[in-house]
Amino acid sequence: MEKVGIVGYGAYVPRYRIKAEEIARVWGKNGKSISAGLGVYEKSVPSMDEDTATISVEAARRAIKFSGVDPTEIGAVYVGSESHPYAVKPTATIVGEAIGATPDMTAADYEFACKAGTAAIQTCMGLVKSDMIKYGMAIGADVSQAAPGDALEYAASAGGAAYIIGKDNIIAEINETVSYTTDTPDFWRREGEPYPGHGERFTGEPAYFKQVLSATKKLMDKMGTKPSDYDYVVFHQPNGKFPMRAAKRLGFSKEQVEEGLLCPIIGNTYSGSTMIGLSAVLDVAKPGDRILATSYGSGAGSDSFDITVTDKIEGYPRNNIRKMIENKVYVDYALYMKYRGEFK
Amino acid sequence: MGIARYWREIPQRYNLIGTKCGSCGRVYFPPKAICPVCRRKSIGKMEEYKLKGTGTVETYTIIYTPPPHFEGEEPYAIALIKMDEGCYLMGEIVDCDFEDIHIGMKVEACFRRIEEDGTRGAIQYGYKFKKAE
Ligand SMILES: [Zn+2]
Repeated sequence: MEKVGIVGYGAYVPRYRIKAEEIARVWGKNGKSISAGLGVYEKSVPSMDEDTATISVEAARRAIKFSGVDPTEIGAVYVGSESHPYAVKPTATIVGEAIGATPDMTAADYEFACKAGTAAIQTCMGLVKSDMIKYGMAIGADVSQAAPGDALEYAASAGGAAYIIGKDNIIAEINETVSYTTDTPDFWRREGEPYPGHGERFTGEPAYFKQVLSATKKLMDKMGTKPSDYDYVVFHQPNGKFPMRAAKRLGFSKEQVEEGLLCPIIGNTYSGSTMIGLSAVLDVAKPGDRILATSYGSGAGSDSFDITVTDKIEGYPRNNIRKMIENKVYVDYALYMKYRGEFK
Repeated sequence: MGIARYWREIPQRYNLIGTKCGSCGRVYFPPKAICPVCRRKSIGKMEEYKLKGTGTVETYTIIYTPPPHFEGEEPYAIALIKMDEGCYLMGEIVDCDFEDIHIGMKVEACFRRIEEDGTRGAIQYGYKFKKAE
């Protein structure tokens, strides 16, 4: 079987931040205890002129620039998000045009709460393996919205990452991927509604943990691996605590999780979450390193990936997402609401 | 701006596609059908040219009283940028504190929302500039 994997990647997080403490101040809550409880200290805020399309384009252009892939050889562009700028009009067409991949490509937008981007990676893997396309681009990006005052507001943030999947010049081979999917109504947003609804505490055990643990175990069973076989593990990060707890229950150490855990400093980027976390790991990984990544999408499902970094990673200009994240500017709650367009 | 014009201009707005004169090598943005220097000599020799997106701030101003379409977005910075290829273009500078913007600052193009036609109309995207990475 021919190898398939990551040929290029790029991530993008907007420059503005709001501290969880500042949100708590407005709603009369104890910010310090909320931050400690959620493991989220600050989150990214998109500028007024940023949305899922612009974030996707920025991430995609970085992936193209760093990998040197000729964009006309990209045969598929899929954008996974739950905040596509249009209800009808694919974000993927905007991205395809902006990276110079159009018109000889297929494209579609994906939706599966926070795991639509990893579903796009799986689709690209299938298309590449079957030689239907040479390269595929899979993007996970969001400018997530939470109702003012809702518990989700402390984490719902913005960001995205793009992955180019192919067979040539692979910097990280995807050895295997498996999924686990059930009908679980933990989180939803009805058509035309601006903010999501959720099942409060119900979101943890039968939703996040059930899918993430099941998919990850299934992958390790299939590969015949154990947690200590991996150098890094990345889980979807709705807050800073869930991925740590999932890791502990599966037998991974804190150290294996930390490199890819960005939620405490950027919040939950939804469809961007697992994919940006993986990019932070790839930014520092060495040839031969083995990575396990498991996404989670409410509704609910998880995609799990077993990845081995190749020698080619050494020639790859590391984007260093952590450096981008450090270049930040804080906004207060009023400015945050203005950027979100709440005063229009 | 009308949707038809926006659509026609997508290559230049998204990817800074201008033209290069095959006779003298000058680069134009927005694209020109004829080189104003070479005139007849340039006919049939104007080729599509994708600007690298990097340039230098020649001058700039902070807008506090925007035109109607951009109300609510003020204050914002508009700069005249000399692109590395030699042509000039106007663009907004984003993600930069106003006190950091200066003449001679190196900038690079980024992709942002430019305007939208209310909540029902089309969203127009295009280039803006940020401090070079
Ligand atoms: Zn000329």
